[in-house]
Amino acid sequence: MRPRAALAAAALMLAALAATAGACGGESRETVTVFAASSLTDAFTELGEAFEAAHPRAAARFSFAGSGTLRTQALEGAPVDVFASASPEEVEALADAGLVVEQRALAGNRLVVAVAEGAAIAALADLAAPGLRLALAAEAVPAGRYARRALALANGADGFPPDFAARVLANVRSHEPNVRAALARVELGEADAAIVYASDLARAGARVRAAPVPARFQAAADYRIALLREGDAARAFLAFAVSPEGAAILARHGFAPAGGTP
Amino acid sequence: MSALRARLPPIGLAAPIALFALFFLAPFAGLLERGLRDAGARAEMTSGMALEALALSLWTSTAALAIAVAAGTPVAWWLARARFRGKGAVEALIDLPIVLPPTIAGVALLTAFGRNGLLGEPLDDWFGVTIGFSTAAVIMAQLFVGAPFYVRAARAGFAGVDAQYERVAHTLGASRLRAFLRVTLPLSWPSLAAGAALCWARALGELGATLIFAGNLRGETQTMPLAILGAFESAAGLTAAVALSLLLLAAGLVALAAFWLISARAGGDGA
Repeated sequence: MRPRAALAAAALMLAALAATAGACGGESRETVTVFAASSLTDAFTELGEAFEAAHPRAAARFSFAGSGTLRTQALEGAPVDVFASASPEEVEALADAGLVVEQRALAGNRLVVAVAEGAAIAALADLAAPGLRLALAAEAVPAGRYARRALALANGADGFPPDFAARVLANVRSHEPNVRAALARVELGEADAAIVYASDLARAGARVRAAPVPARFQAAADYRIALLREGDAARAFLAFAVSPEGAAILARHGFAPAGGTP
Repeated sequence: MSALRARLPPIGLAAPIALFALFFLAPFAGLLERGLRDAGARAEMTSGMALEALALSLWTSTAALAIAVAAGTPVAWWLARARFRGKGAVEALIDLPIVLPPTIAGVALLTAFGRNGLLGEPLDDWFGVTIGFSTAAVIMAQLFVGAPFYVRAARAGFAGVDAQYERVAHTLGASRLRAFLRVTLPLSWPSLAAGAALCWARALGELGATLIFAGNLRGETQTMPLAILGAFESAAGLTAAVALSLLLLAAGLVALAAFWLISARAGGDGA
C-alpha cells in the first residue's frame, strides 16, 4: 500500500513537472531580464506590460531594488540584460567593469518632502525642528545622495540656518535600503517625513502630503538605462523605454523628461 | 582496519555525503577566499561602522537571550507539567515564529507595537513612548524570532525529567523552587543550553524583522546583518559585505564555542 502511494505521488510530481516545463518551453518568447531602481517599480511594471503588448514574441521580467544593490549583483555576475539606475554612478561602475554595451538617458525626477498625516511640516525648512522623526534613503542609494545634496545646498541659504543639513540629519531615525522603504515609513506614520522623489508620491495614499523642495536646492535626478547583454529583445526593450511611448508612461508616473543623451 | 571502516561511511552513501559537504563548505570557503584575496576587506573589517554594528549585535542578541530565558523558562516548565485542554494549540502558537518568515514577523510587530499599532498607539498617546526605530525594537524583533527556540527546547528538557523527582524532593523538605533548581534544572541542562544557543544564534542573525520594525540607524538599530545589507548596497559593494560577514562569522564562532564550553562545564558539575 505504502510503496504504491509513494509511486503515485512520484508520478503526480513528474506530471506536474512536465506540465510546468511544457508551459515554459511551449512558447518561443524571448525573455528580457531588467534590473530597475525601486523608484521605477510602478512605471516599469506598466512599461513592461506595454512592451509585451507591442512585442508579442518578447517577455520582460523585473527585479526592483535599490540601484546600489542591483549594481553589486550585476558586478557579481547576475544574468541581467537591461539595467535602469536612478543615477549615473551605478551605470558608470558597470561600464568601468566592461559590462555596459550601450547606455542612454532615461528620465529625470524631482525631490519632494513626503509628510505624514498630522505632522506639522509645511516646508523643507521645517525638517530641522528638533524632535522630528525622519526617514531617509541610505547614502548608498541615489535618492539618499540627492537628498543629502539638497540639504547641503540649503545650508545657510535664505531662511535656512548654516547647520541646516546637520540638524535635519540628526532627526533621521532610519536610513532605508531604498527610497520606497523611506516612503513606506511615512505612509505607516512611523516617520513624520521623508525626502523622496516626486514620482513616488504620484502613487502614495491619502495619508501622505507633499511639501516642496525649492528648485534652487534640487539636485536633479538623472536616470540611466544601460544594455548589459546584446540581444534582440533586450535592445527592443531599451528602445521602447526611451521611445515617446515609454516617455509618456514615465511622465504619467511623475517622472521628468530625460536631460539629454550622455 | 576495522576502526577505519567504522569511521568511513558505507560506499553507497559516499556520494550524497560528499555533495552535502561540498554544498555547505563552499560558501564558507568562498567568503574566506574573497577576504584573503581582497586587501580592502581587511580595512573594512575594522571600520567604525563595522565595529559599532558588531557591538550592537552582540549586546542586543545577548539581551534578547536573557529575556527569553527569564520569561521563557517558567512558560516551558508550565507547559511541560500542566495538563489542560488546548495545550497543543498553545504550543503551536509558541512555535509559530519558528516557521514564520522574519519579514512577516516584522510586519506583525509593526502592526502591534508601531506608532499606529494596536498597542503602540496607546503607548505613544498616553506615555509618549515610541518603540519603532529604537534599540528596544531591535531586541523585541530578536526576542520574537529567537525565544520560541529556547522555549521549545526547554519544554522538551523539562518534560524528560520525571515530575516524581520534583515531588520527592519537595516531600523531603525542599521548597518547590529549590526542588526545581537542584533537581530539574541540572537534569534538563543539556536541552536548556542547546535551546539557548539556538535562540542566541537566531537573534544574532535576525535581519528581516529588524529592518521592517526597527529601521536602520548606525549605532542604534543597525545590527551586523543590516550593516552587511547596507555594505552590499554601498559603492564598496561585495568587498565590504564579505568583510563584515567574516567578522560576524568569527564573532559568532567564538561566542558559540565559549557558550558550549561553559555549558559543558556547568552541566558536568550539576549532573
